[in-house]
Amino acid sequence: MTRAVTVLDTGPLTTVQDEGRPGQAALGIGRSGACDRASARLANRLVGNGQEAAVLEVTFGGLAVRAHADLVVVTTGARCPAAFAHNAPALLRAGAVLRLGMPAGGLRTYVAIRGGFAVAPVLGSRSTDVLSGLGPPVVQAGDVLPVGRPELGMPGIDLAPVADPGAGELSVRVLPGPRRDWFADTAWATLTGQPYTVTSESNRIGLRLDGPALERRRTDELPSEGMVRGALQIPPSGRPVLFLADHPVTGGYPVVGYVADDDVDLCAQLRPGQTVRFRHTTS
Amino acid sequence: MRILPSGTTALLVELEALDDVLALYAALADQRPDGVVDVVPAARTVLLVTDPAVTSLAAVEAAVRRTEPQRDRRDAGEVVELPVVYDGEDLADVAALMELQPAEVIRRHTGEEWTVAFGGFAPGFGYLTSTSGQWNVPRRSSPRTRVPAGSVALAGEFSGVYPRESPGGWQLIGRTEIAVFDLSRDPAALLRPGNRVRFVDVGGA
Repeated sequence: MTRAVTVLDTGPLTTVQDEGRPGQAALGIGRSGACDRASARLANRLVGNGQEAAVLEVTFGGLAVRAHADLVVVTTGARCPAAFAHNAPALLRAGAVLRLGMPAGGLRTYVAIRGGFAVAPVLGSRSTDVLSGLGPPVVQAGDVLPVGRPELGMPGIDLAPVADPGAGELSVRVLPGPRRDWFADTAWATLTGQPYTVTSESNRIGLRLDGPALERRRTDELPSEGMVRGALQIPPSGRPVLFLADHPVTGGYPVVGYVADDDVDLCAQLRPGQTVRFRHTTS
Repeated sequence: MRILPSGTTALLVELEALDDVLALYAALADQRPDGVVDVVPAARTVLLVTDPAVTSLAAVEAAVRRTEPQRDRRDAGEVVELPVVYDGEDLADVAALMELQPAEVIRRHTGEEWTVAFGGFAPGFGYLTSTSGQWNVPRRSSPRTRVPAGSVALAGEFSGVYPRESPGGWQLIGRTEIAVFDLSRDPAALLRPGNRVRFVDVGGA
């Protein structure tokens, strides 16, 4: 039987993601890839895939897929109700349906299948970049997604003991960024003093945050400069945008700080309305 | 050279001028320090993105400080010829701003050797800088919501070619049939930093 799944439903947004397209930023091609890299890696590890294998990134649940063959599946990240394989690989029999409800906490659920999703890569990656439009199309109901052959042995892990993303306030580490000195002396204390709320205008590109505005000291125009995920860019409104996987390669607003890279994965699980607190650190 | 922090995985090197960026980028692109996964030039900066599993920011900073910028590289890049029909909607405005006839703008644009300095606006877009340094064209006061793919444009000291239809505020002086970004070609991007570009007037306006 063909190793594949048919997509019955996608929820608000489901995309194929892997580790992205590093090394091409000088051509204006961003890295993209899974927003919560740690959860995507865990999913691949649990089904014995290499970490470069492609997974599905499901935003706010709602995915349903039917297996064409017996497949080993796992879900990680945001826990969806009735997910029988969360952090614990399980067999999805040919003809059976994996259906994800709406998660109680967290935003993004990763679905890995042993062998990896084998859609055609674009510029070396199977990641959909929603900003540039590169990569496979956004997953649609009716799609048949091919699954590759397993290359590695199963790891023999029944259950990964990882905490589910929380529904309350998140605290993450923030380091001073390249343009901290473009802001008033009080700006850093403002940023790290009070929580910010994730707004509904957030996506794979970044989280738009609401909260106290940061005051600029320098008001001249900054020539665009390169950035990576975790950048806290301050547009003219004074309220930070925290960039995630599909961030622009360069930006022309000053970056006041950076969220520590490991903590960006936690931020990728924040949903609109949740609050995040930035805790000063220097390493 | 100033080295500015950019989180736990990257460093931003700030330089005096675009020529310093080109020289440092040329050296780093030739010999990427171990564990550096991306080198991103821009107008005054070069961003180095690292793989923290392979290297440390301190090691990369030391490697950058040891790097000898390559200043004489303008002649080294691959040459790309782009045939252009100079019938852009803003050609007359640009000519007026430069106090020239449109034909003289075309003569100067095709007479230059341009160098791809950096990208970043969209996949395959290159900011092209001239050898003569004679260009300084303001952006349009109101950006267009839709600039056709292949549009050849000017803004500030730069020229560029829109790789696909997008919004944009640059002054449009012409169009080329050559796809500067084509996923069916390897490499997909023609305008890679360091490449040289010559525009050729093919008439037909």
